Amino acid sequence: MTPVVTPFSSMALVFTGAFIGSIGAAFLKAGAGRLKMTVSALATNWRLAVGVFAYCLSSVFFVYGNTRGELSVLYPIVSLGYIWTLVWSRIFFSEPFTRTKFFGVSLILVGVFFLNASSR
Amino acid sequence: MSAATLTTPAIADSAAKQRRSLLLVFCCTLLGAAAQVFIKTGATHIAHPSLLTAALGMVTNPSLFAGYSLYGVSTVLLVIALKDGELSITYPVIALTYVWVAMLSYFLMHESMGLYKIIGIALIVTGVAVVGKSKR
Repeated sequence: MTPVVTPFSSMALVFTGAFIGSIGAAFLKAGAGRLKMTVSALATNWRLAVGVFAYCLSSVFFVYGNTRGELSVLYPIVSLGYIWTLVWSRIFFSEPFTRTKFFGVSLILVGVFFLNASSR
Repeated sequence: MSAATLTTPAIADSAAKQRRSLLLVFCCTLLGAAAQVFIKTGATHIAHPSLLTAALGMVTNPSLFAGYSLYGVSTVLLVIALKDGELSITYPVIALTYVWVAMLSYFLMHESMGLYKIIGIALIVTGVAVVGKSKR
């Protein structure tokens, strides 16, 4: 197989998708905190709606971005979303931003790189 | 949670809730991996990739439709998991999806399982364990 070059446009698309997805996760968390299992409560839970919309939007970016390029480059960029999520957790939900969490997420990022390092 | 309710049973209760959240998000990763295999199959069959055809493909392409339906179910589970679990602990567990996808690709699509992949899987599993075990 010939080596595939990852176009900058693919990286930018996947980066944007990951950023939108992490914001979606924050809205899902905000909506989940107000979760009530009645039809009217679910229908008026706009935070959940924004979260789901952001998720769908990020998926479109991933599908489009992943059509060209190396997964060893693109998937770790997707995983950057976990870092953004740590930041949103700290800012919006006052969850502690600990070295342990950062270390764990860093291991995940390096792992995602290795996992896709051989798939060209 | 107010300071008055932070008695020992309350702490044990919140730990139990976090465990339940981790179990739920674990199920999410299994569904998400199945979804990704469907989406990967579908995405490679889009003739002229663009934002529009990718969006349309979610409805018109059976593999993409199945994949996104599974994503829908896993998102419902994720919301229930996030109700009681910390976002910063629950969310990174989703990285386990990559591990299941690599295993599914190996067993179903007969892709190779080299040293790099095994190192990657080990790092991701360790990372998830580190985050999951981190203090609230």
